[in-house]
Amino acid sequence: MTALWTKLRRDLWQARGQATAIAVVVACAVATSAGSVATARALARSRDLYYARSAMPDLFAEATRVPAAVAGRLAAIPGVAALETRAVGDGRVTWAGGMARVRMISVGPEGGALGRLRLRAGRLPGAGEAAVSESFAAATGLGPGDRISLIANGRQQPVTISAVALSPEYIYAMPPGGLFPDDRRFGLLWMDRPEVEAALDMEGAFDQAVFRLAPGVHPAAVADAVDAVLRPFGGLGAHGRDRLVSHRFLADEMRQLDAMAVVLPGIFLGVAAFLVSVALSRLVASQRMQLGTLRALGYGSAAIGLHYAAYAAAIALAGAALGVGLGHALGAWMSDLYRDFYRFPLLDYRADPGAMAQAAALALGASLLGAAGAVRGAVRLQPAEAMRPPAPATYRPTLLERLAGARALLSLPARMSLRGLARRPLRAALGTLGIASAVAVLVTGAFFDDAVDFMMRLAFQESLRADASVAFSRPVSRAALHELRRLPGVVAAEGSRDEPAVLRRGARSQRVAIGGAEPGARLTAIVGEARRVVPVPDEGLVVSARLAALLGARPGDRVQVELLSGRRASGELPIAATVDDVLGLTATASLDTLRRLARQGDLVTGAQLAVDPAARPSLDGALRNRPAVAAVSWRKDTIQSFRETLARTMLAMATMLVGFAVAIAGGVVYSAVRASFSERSRELATLRVIGFTRVEAWRVLVGEVALQLAAALPLGALLGLGLALLAVRSFESDLFRIPVVVDRSTWLFAVGVTVLATLLASLAALRWIRRLALADALRSGD
Amino acid sequence: MFEARGLEKVYRMGEVDVVALRGVDLDILEGELVVVLGPSGSGKSTLLNVLGGLDAPTAGRVRWRDHDLSRADDRLLTRYRRDHVGFVFQFYNLVPSLTARENVALAAEIARDPMDPAEALALVDLSGRLDHFPSQLSGGEQQRVAIARAVVKRPDVLLCDEPTGALDVATGRLVLSALAGVNRDLGTTALLITHNAAIAAMADRVLHVHDGGIARVVVNQRRAAPEELAW
Ligand SMILES: Nc1ncnc2c1ncn2[C@@H]1O[C@H](COP(=O)(O)OP(=O)(O)OP(=O)(O)O)[C@@H](O)[C@H]1O
Ligand SMILES: [Mg+2]
Repeated sequence: MTALWTKLRRDLWQARGQATAIAVVVACAVATSAGSVATARALARSRDLYYARSAMPDLFAEATRVPAAVAGRLAAIPGVAALETRAVGDGRVTWAGGMARVRMISVGPEGGALGRLRLRAGRLPGAGEAAVSESFAAATGLGPGDRISLIANGRQQPVTISAVALSPEYIYAMPPGGLFPDDRRFGLLWMDRPEVEAALDMEGAFDQAVFRLAPGVHPAAVADAVDAVLRPFGGLGAHGRDRLVSHRFLADEMRQLDAMAVVLPGIFLGVAAFLVSVALSRLVASQRMQLGTLRALGYGSAAIGLHYAAYAAAIALAGAALGVGLGHALGAWMSDLYRDFYRFPLLDYRADPGAMAQAAALALGASLLGAAGAVRGAVRLQPAEAMRPPAPATYRPTLLERLAGARALLSLPARMSLRGLARRPLRAALGTLGIASAVAVLVTGAFFDDAVDFMMRLAFQESLRADASVAFSRPVSRAALHELRRLPGVVAAEGSRDEPAVLRRGARSQRVAIGGAEPGARLTAIVGEARRVVPVPDEGLVVSARLAALLGARPGDRVQVELLSGRRASGELPIAATVDDVLGLTATASLDTLRRLARQGDLVTGAQLAVDPAARPSLDGALRNRPAVAAVSWRKDTIQSFRETLARTMLAMATMLVGFAVAIAGGVVYSAVRASFSERSRELATLRVIGFTRVEAWRVLVGEVALQLAAALPLGALLGLGLALLAVRSFESDLFRIPVVVDRSTWLFAVGVTVLATLLASLAALRWIRRLALADALRSGD
Repeated sequence: MFEARGLEKVYRMGEVDVVALRGVDLDILEGELVVVLGPSGSGKSTLLNVLGGLDAPTAGRVRWRDHDLSRADDRLLTRYRRDHVGFVFQFYNLVPSLTARENVALAAEIARDPMDPAEALALVDLSGRLDHFPSQLSGGEQQRVAIARAVVKRPDVLLCDEPTGALDVATGRLVLSALAGVNRDLGTTALLITHNAAIAAMADRVLHVHDGGIARVVVNQRRAAPEELAW
């Protein structure tokens, strides 16, 4: 048997270029798989540890001004192990150089019993002090010792920042009515309970209760009891972590990572298996005689099968070894990225032998699967048959040549290529598919950039057309807009209304912020993926397609709407239309519709402004001085903020993906050219002997590759769209929906890299032709 | 036409050197038909390959007319093969995806003054099989296509390495008479390697190669016609 192992080693060494190319593809698959699994596990571990250490609540309930005495009844509910009540309210802060909306949250002694604050700097707030969330501090540059001015309930008070802190309940901090975290203009302000109560005029009352449940108790059971207690106080329905915005987005992100750990390596491994299959069946075909000899010498099927299987396994394991190392580094990098993004206080990333072993096993499995056909062929080959020199392959003129006069137009090399492809259409198709998969993987990696660009264009240019959006600290009459229009630099102002609401249909419900807009609004628009503007309906709601799906509703269906502010009015509205928008779950109605629903005067909660860019500083100043203004967000800042948060992690991933895609495309194309070369090396040698120059012989080879490439490009484009769709589906969440948008530059990139890789591999082929030992190549029939 | 002096060829196989040719001196005249005989591994193919410009000698000089083959680079050797040399191998080495005519055309298209491929195939008595693919031809017929492909360019030299090695007697004869015909009618100098001593009778001269050197040269007074050969 040692002789066979020696043969294996030599065969591998001889085919080292191709073996390396396949191993690189395997390595990419193993790296993405092991890396994402390890990252997902590290994130889950870190989150759980963080939750555990900070006593993350199991159940959350919001209501309005619940008397403190009610807390006792809540604590008495069976299954409740611990309870904390809080005073919570919205306000705004200004400081030299900025203004933002804040959520004030009372904090118990020592950072609270549940959902305990973790101080990153400074000390817990005392009288006249507040701790701010770390992401807000980082985005605004505020820190301990800085003085800010807080406006809540129409009153202004000075506050000193005592600490920068983290809370497990706000890993993602969404501004009210916002669609994504906007740390520059929204922050959390933790203050001593009496301070918050005083600021909000709610002494002795609470409006949030959080619970820790006894082990084994199901949140739903307790939630019903809590709801029964809080209903008289406008309870919004107790919910578990699964409906906590922060937890939910985090879970979404982890799900995406899980999907990435499956989808991408799956694609990559498919490509690797395919390459193994092509390489090995060629090897077996070229070793017919040797195989016959081995058989004649008495080697059995098992030994021969094992021999070729080991060839595939060796390549897979080499790739896996490389991939495991790469995956570990990749995981560490991704974990760092996520830690910075989420501001986890700790990140428990470690080498994950389980994930590594699993990825390596998958790679081995895929490789063996790819090898199966060739191994079966080798095992089945009868010795007598194998020893006979192979009969010359049968060829026929192709259909194309039989067209009148066509043959004369085709050069001999062209005829060789065409007939070669026509004789083994399956192999030609597979070769084409291989190159096409390179194009597809490149498209999948590179389109994220376009998609994010498109998303931003759609969200921040076509939907949100206003230069600045103003949020009022409380609803104001629409007449107040006149005042805004008179401010310096304001060209136009339109009213808008944000109403937090619960939409219900049957047993399904979803919390959203309904956006109210003027029917003829010019500064905001509802725009779908097809960039079609959906008009603001006179009656009913326009909702995100995803929201409609979550509610199980279709246009024409009626949904129950409960407004969460003011008098908690409710009513039924029809779904007027759905829109495939990209950011968040949105619902839009006309201001009139909202007014009828709320049974309240003609109110707005915000305004959209068109502003002369030069006037921004003075306008900023003017708005700051109005207590009615809670926040101003400039579109430019919003875009930048989006770029810095969501887009950043997404694009970092995409960049990594593009790196893998390029490596894989290189491997695939190299493999394809190499396979064509080894299949034709005898013919090429013949041509050289006859007197063809290297370049002339090379052209014959390249002709075939070029034909495959030409067929592969459109196929790859289609395949790429399919893969992009698959990737996007698995990445979809309530936070955003990535549209499949592929710009011309991405097509050019994918096609360019593939063509370039083919060109480079073809240039390498010129070297192989030079090295072709003419005399040897023609010596025998083998 | 060929003039070789002190020709050496050493194959480096890692640690060991395999000496295939050790100091061969050789002259071949225009229009000669030379048969090369010798045991397996004695260096016949190596010699032929060096003469045909497929391989460069390790030491010594070889000239073909006024070309110094031992000093030529790949470009010149390619040019030399293209313009002057026709090869025939034991395993025909036809391009399986091309018909007989196209196989011959492959060589004709890059030659300076080729015959019509059909004409070359007529020379080897294959006029009836122009549009057959190699898989549709017998071994002897394939070998005759290979000969036609070698002669279509009107080469000055025809180098044949065991052209009948894979053929039976009758078919071998057909192939040999095709070769002899080309040598006689076109005046092409021909070198023919064989293991079959009987074939030596059709040569002007017979080179006996042994252990990388020319052990003996026999001059035939009369060339036998291939049809007369018995083996
Ligand atoms: N590419 C090569 N690498 C190493 N050694 C070689 C190579 N080609 C030939 N040899 C060695 O050179 C010697 C001469 O080989 P050559 O092929 O010229 O013999 P031959 O006379 O043609 O034999 P045969 O009648 O079996 O064809 C042999 O010992 C052979 O092993
Ligand atoms: Mg030989």
